[in-house]
Amino acid sequence: MADPAYLAVVDTVLYGALVLAAGLTLLVSYRVIRGPTVPDRVVALDTIATNVVAIAALYAIWTQQGYFVGVSLVLAIIGFISTITVARYVTEGDIIE
Amino acid sequence: MTAESAAAVTVGPVRAALVISLTLVGSFFLLVGTIGLLRFPNVYNRMHATTKATTLGAASIALAGSVYFLPHGDGLMSLVTVAFLFLTAPTGAHMISQAAQRMGVPFVGGVRWPGTQNDVMADGDGETDD
Repeated sequence: MADPAYLAVVDTVLYGALVLAAGLTLLVSYRVIRGPTVPDRVVALDTIATNVVAIAALYAIWTQQGYFVGVSLVLAIIGFISTITVARYVTEGDIIE
Repeated sequence: MTAESAAAVTVGPVRAALVISLTLVGSFFLLVGTIGLLRFPNVYNRMHATTKATTLGAASIALAGSVYFLPHGDGLMSLVTVAFLFLTAPTGAHMISQAAQRMGVPFVGGVRWPGTQNDVMADGDGETDD
């Protein structure tokens, strides 16, 4: 059976959003490299983590593979924990006392 | 879409329209947040751009995934992702901004600490010493 016409539109929109999110993640890496202070780099890495969450969710819809949603959730958890850890390291000087 | 995996989810026109609109809104907010991260002058302003706009964009895209997958269990996991993003983004932003303020990153000129009269840029470290 042939797919309806709107599925091609969904496919095109998802592909464009994937390309846009990947390009934006590359642009954010400018702030990681050239950020004047350490908190700038932490904010940029947190943004990269959020972008990768969005990319994993888009890839899950695009390929219709539902387990990439789990990849997205685990990446969100890892991004939060890494942000908290680096902020605590910058403030306190150590992570586990 | 690939023909091998097309048997898992059947998408009607209403659900396709919802997925398209949520994906477009999420892409717009990701773009706005990234422009704010690149163009704003200070750590605090950049954090404002990323933790509001980029989180809203990623949550909108995850909500599109939830609309797409929802009769199956993966849609519920995507809703959990949305809730987790909205819970953790303010916490992480608060901790990074507290770390930046304790490191002595100055505010933009003219910005004052709430409730005080002295200029925060004058003493450099953002502490209010009155």
